[in-house]
Amino acid sequence: MPAHLSARLCSLALSLFLIAFALPAFAGPFEDAVAKFANDDFSDTEEAIGVVAGSGNPLAFPIISALQDGRLMADPDSKKVYVTGADGKSIDAATGAAVASVPDSASAVRLNNRLRRSVDAALGGLTLQSPDVGTRLQAAQSVFKSHEETALEAVDAALAKETSRSVKTALGEARAAILLFKSDATEVEKLEAVATLKARGDQDALALLTGMGDQPASVTKAAASAIGSIQSSLAVWSMVQNAWYGLSLGSVLLLAAIGLAITFGVMGVINMAHGEMVMIGAYTTFVVQEVIRTRYPGLFDYSLLIAVPLAFLVAGAIGVLIERSIIRFLYGRPLETLLATWGLSLVLQQAVRTMFGPTNREVGNPSWMSGAFELGQITITYNRLWILVFTLAVFMILLAMLRYTALGLEMRAVTQNRRMAASMGIATSRVDALTFGLGSGIAGIAGVALSQIDNVSPNLGQSYIIDSFMVVVFGGVGNLWGTLVGAFTLGIANKFLEPVAGAVLGKIAILVLIILFIQKRPRGLFALKGRAVEA
Amino acid sequence: MTPHMLTRSLDRSATIFLAVVAACGILIPLSNLLLPAGSFLQVPTYLVALWGKYVCYAILALSIDLIWGYCGILSLGHGAFFALGGYAMGMYLMRQIGTRGVYGNPVLPDFMVFLNWEKLPWYWYGFDMFWFAALMVLVVPGLLAFCFGWLAFRSRVTGVYLSIITQAMTYALLLAFFRNDFGFGGNNGLTDFKDILGFNVQAEGTRAALFALSCLALIVGFLICRAIVSSKLGKVLIAVRDAESRTRFLGYRVESYKLFVFTVSACMAGVAGALYVPQVGIINPSEFAPGNSIEAVIWVAVGGRGTLVGAALGAVVVNYAKTFFTSGMLAPYWLFMLGALFILVTLLLPKGIVGTFNAWWDSSKEKRTAAASVSAAAEDGVTEPKMAE
Amino acid sequence: MFSKSTHDIAASFSRRGVLAATAGLVLGLASLTGAKAADDTIKVGVLHSLSGTMAISETTLKDTILFLIDEQNKKGGVLGKKLEAVVVDPASNWPLFAEKARELITKDKVSVVFGCWTSVSRKSVLPVFKELNNILFYPVQYEGEESERNVFYTGAAPNQQAIPAVDYLMKEEKVKRWVLAGTDYVYPRTTNKILEAYLKSKGVAQEDIMINYTPFGHSDWQTIVADIKKFGSAGKKTAVVSTINGDANVPFYKELGNQGIKAKDIPVVAFSVGEEELAGIDTKPLVGHLAAWNYFESIKTKDGSNEKFIKDWQAYTKNPKRVTNDPMEAHVIGFNMWVKAVEKVKSTDPDKVIDALPGIEAPNLTGGVSKMLPNHHITKPVFIGEIKANGQFDVVWKTPGLVAGDAWSKELEGSKDLIGDWVGKKCGNFNTKTNKCLGSGS
Repeated sequence: MPAHLSARLCSLALSLFLIAFALPAFAGPFEDAVAKFANDDFSDTEEAIGVVAGSGNPLAFPIISALQDGRLMADPDSKKVYVTGADGKSIDAATGAAVASVPDSASAVRLNNRLRRSVDAALGGLTLQSPDVGTRLQAAQSVFKSHEETALEAVDAALAKETSRSVKTALGEARAAILLFKSDATEVEKLEAVATLKARGDQDALALLTGMGDQPASVTKAAASAIGSIQSSLAVWSMVQNAWYGLSLGSVLLLAAIGLAITFGVMGVINMAHGEMVMIGAYTTFVVQEVIRTRYPGLFDYSLLIAVPLAFLVAGAIGVLIERSIIRFLYGRPLETLLATWGLSLVLQQAVRTMFGPTNREVGNPSWMSGAFELGQITITYNRLWILVFTLAVFMILLAMLRYTALGLEMRAVTQNRRMAASMGIATSRVDALTFGLGSGIAGIAGVALSQIDNVSPNLGQSYIIDSFMVVVFGGVGNLWGTLVGAFTLGIANKFLEPVAGAVLGKIAILVLIILFIQKRPRGLFALKGRAVEA
Repeated sequence: MTPHMLTRSLDRSATIFLAVVAACGILIPLSNLLLPAGSFLQVPTYLVALWGKYVCYAILALSIDLIWGYCGILSLGHGAFFALGGYAMGMYLMRQIGTRGVYGNPVLPDFMVFLNWEKLPWYWYGFDMFWFAALMVLVVPGLLAFCFGWLAFRSRVTGVYLSIITQAMTYALLLAFFRNDFGFGGNNGLTDFKDILGFNVQAEGTRAALFALSCLALIVGFLICRAIVSSKLGKVLIAVRDAESRTRFLGYRVESYKLFVFTVSACMAGVAGALYVPQVGIINPSEFAPGNSIEAVIWVAVGGRGTLVGAALGAVVVNYAKTFFTSGMLAPYWLFMLGALFILVTLLLPKGIVGTFNAWWDSSKEKRTAAASVSAAAEDGVTEPKMAE
Repeated sequence: MFSKSTHDIAASFSRRGVLAATAGLVLGLASLTGAKAADDTIKVGVLHSLSGTMAISETTLKDTILFLIDEQNKKGGVLGKKLEAVVVDPASNWPLFAEKARELITKDKVSVVFGCWTSVSRKSVLPVFKELNNILFYPVQYEGEESERNVFYTGAAPNQQAIPAVDYLMKEEKVKRWVLAGTDYVYPRTTNKILEAYLKSKGVAQEDIMINYTPFGHSDWQTIVADIKKFGSAGKKTAVVSTINGDANVPFYKELGNQGIKAKDIPVVAFSVGEEELAGIDTKPLVGHLAAWNYFESIKTKDGSNEKFIKDWQAYTKNPKRVTNDPMEAHVIGFNMWVKAVEKVKSTDPDKVIDALPGIEAPNLTGGVSKMLPNHHITKPVFIGEIKANGQFDVVWKTPGLVAGDAWSKELEGSKDLIGDWVGKKCGNFNTKTNKCLGSGS
């Protein structure tokens, strides 16, 4: 449950309680249980959760939701437990009486994973009838997960009142999960439960059906057929999933390679420092986020939008600088650019290591890049989706730029025939610098995106450089479309091989396939034609 | 500059090179073994091991120069052949450990024992015999190069495409050797060697002998390369480097020439690796790393592509710089210096150290010859009768 | 690093200029730098990568040793002499490790070396330390199966990290199904072999164990995380035991967080993820995932030793955010043990110090006292920590006392009868069944 929501619910419940139940404390199991929170022992805490949640006491919800959010304070000396509200006001958890302040010796009650599950289950039972649809849905889902028999009544009650369709379905599924494991449920009820789960058709349903234990023969048979149908539909979905993973990996490869497709593919510079341009982009993102964190925390969600143009400018400027100071002396000697840019990559890596330290730096995901959504039976994470969209956008913009702008025209002219272009009045050295700057700038943009899924460390660039070269060469040097097709082909092939052969062998197989493919098409997938080829 | 002068200048540097290597190969081990430790002229064992490593790198550089400098094949995966030769030798050394491993297993190397291997995999058979291992040092890299080259050259894969697929080859091998299931010790590689041909690997005498042997291998390798490049075959290779299509149209089977020289070069790299392993004491998959192969190419470029002597010199210079810069106060900054070295050499010495030196020598010699011919013209009358004899 | 003083940088720059000018005179320079051995100091070698892939982990350890030497010199040094650090950079290159070890011992004449991180780097320098008879303190958790006379292992052996972690998950989280995910190299392979044998001895069926290996620096975890999710939804409580190494962890955890695998559903217990690694990740989605170590920065001690160490460390590095971690603590223990041993025998002679070290005790930073054992491993407490939102760990469980490190795993067929004993048996791999010292022994 989102923290702010539960906090609001909690203070709502608190005020309701304070108005309606100005009762004196009633000593009993509830109070004893609450005191156990102060023992700082996980078993005691678990027991207390069970008793408090089942007590029917109106304080149960505020206590447990406070426990979940780390707002339940316990004083180990006096064994007193307090609930602090989001508004800073506190009450005594055992009596509900307001207290002026929580003593300093009190600390938040600690949880571990087992307890977090108990808390979820308890809150699920307690919030099935919450006024908020999202909360109800979540509650129904956590009941489905825990499928405790005790929750059946609450589920039935909630089901009777429920109006939202999605929550109704979730409640129905929760009910089915409970009934399936309830020893005294009738055969009819169980068969219905199997049908409901079959309709749900996901991994969780499959897990419940396979793990349900001894059942009447008819139920076992129904379950077996349900399992079969779920499995075959999941098999199809897993193909879809592989394809999606392949697209996603392909987009990362494309993003990393696209700048190289310009500096290497178009200009013929074997740019070993390409990876370092990606790294510079990632570090730019880090710096942007640092500034935002310290100065303008409200802008965090926009940090990437700010970082993209900055990374382009920073990496692009460094690229122009490199071209003017080193590369321009080496045109026509492509293999020597390999040497110089390799040296350059060493220098850049060590420079970043000296400036930012050798360890990883934290680059956070903005909220719109975090999490995932379900599409059918597969999970699509937002960061991968956005990276795919972003990559395609960058590709399209670049393509349009090369085709429709004056600079693009000049670039193509210079790469096709430098002397002819020069005699037509194109300032070739300016075009060279800008082209290299453009390739570097795009590498910088790639760094912004890669910072969302990978380490931001001085070694970042190195891990992409070989793959990038493979993509460009596989697709065909000098052809942007080739790079696109190459990246997605390699990405998808890799992801279909990985489940079969494992990650390591899959990668080896891809490399061997590239070697063999190049034998078949010695100039890549989309070979350039014409005299430039032999030059 | 006439072709005649070119060969003469190369001959001179080749003679100096051979003399220096031979002198090192004889004097350094002798000084290490015969002179008392700590005396001024004694070369400490630590330096013998270090220079032995450099000499192996020099052989690798030589093998790269043979194909890159004279045939235009830029291999970014030559480290793979080096490493394969090293593994062949490492496997022999592992088998020599016998029952002296930590588990005392007479057949299985330690890493197989603790990963519960039942028996020796078939590809380890025969490596307990030195002659077999020595053969494999040549055969395994040679065969790989032959198959790879046969495919690639016949399909006319050239230029950067060839470079990148050689890189893919070494990268694939890197990943494969990292796998523990592959049976070569995974990331830890092969180590803890005891004996080679019955001699203790760590004894000073063995080290000195290995050093002398490495120098010998460098000399032999150099002579082979010289023989190849100065023969008619070598002329064809240079023709392939400079204009491959034209050579083909002239009726030469370009792919056969390339395949031959590529395979020879791979065998040389394998020998370098085999000599490297006992001196360094470990062989592990990181030798396959693409970065290592790129660095080896850079040694050649620094020394001077297409000069042979330069390749060997470049390997020693760059590696010495690496050794030197990674110690002391400079340690945190050594990558700056190494990187700057590569950039500056490319910009300022495009022909590498030896290439630049040769060019300078020849141009100054031309001046001298010009001056000499002027004075010779003056003495024309005196010299002519002698010529007539 | 920010903390590097401008003076140092200026000094190195001017020196660099000189060097560039004299690059040709290589041999002469080598003998020059080797010649200045001062007798009034004790030299301590620091063999940690400062560049290349391992710099990310090892640089901190170099700083730790420099810090410890600084502290010791403030106390007057050792045996009345100042300690002097000799720092070299083996650049994450394994043959270079051997070369630099040789250089430290023969050229710089160091009395002891603190260094290495990966097992392969240790294996690479091992023959050098044996041949030249010097001392190496190795501070990182590793796969065990080794006990050498010249090496002292201050990191955890598998029984001091992996097995307690699995015990915790079995008891506390009632885990029935196990994913053993690791990077494909020797430490994860061995650890997983040990764990597999251990789990089976506890009645876990083969189909409830999934083992998965990935290459170094693996960055695309989509498929594997989805597989884990699938494996975990078979109706039994599932946990992941991660021996994923180094850089691959960040994308792995990011993918876990994004695919919505919460710690309360499928907890991940890691052996290579500490405070330093978490400093590079947004830890909010990871709350509740676990790590097993012998030290956590967040541990409160009664005598305040950990708190003081953290304060002094941050003051030394001039960085109030600088974290501490387990391998650092291992170096602290190892360094103090070495100092005590040297003071005990009043000599830095490696033979004497090696013989004196077993039995030496030194306080660890978590309030206990660790002891060097005859097998050259040490006793350590084991803690299980849960990741908190602030990048620190909350200790949820710890062993009642200290656990003695086993050089040889009792779970593996090949080594269950072996012990290391450099005091009584003078042997690192002594077979207690046959009463023989295996292999070459010393």
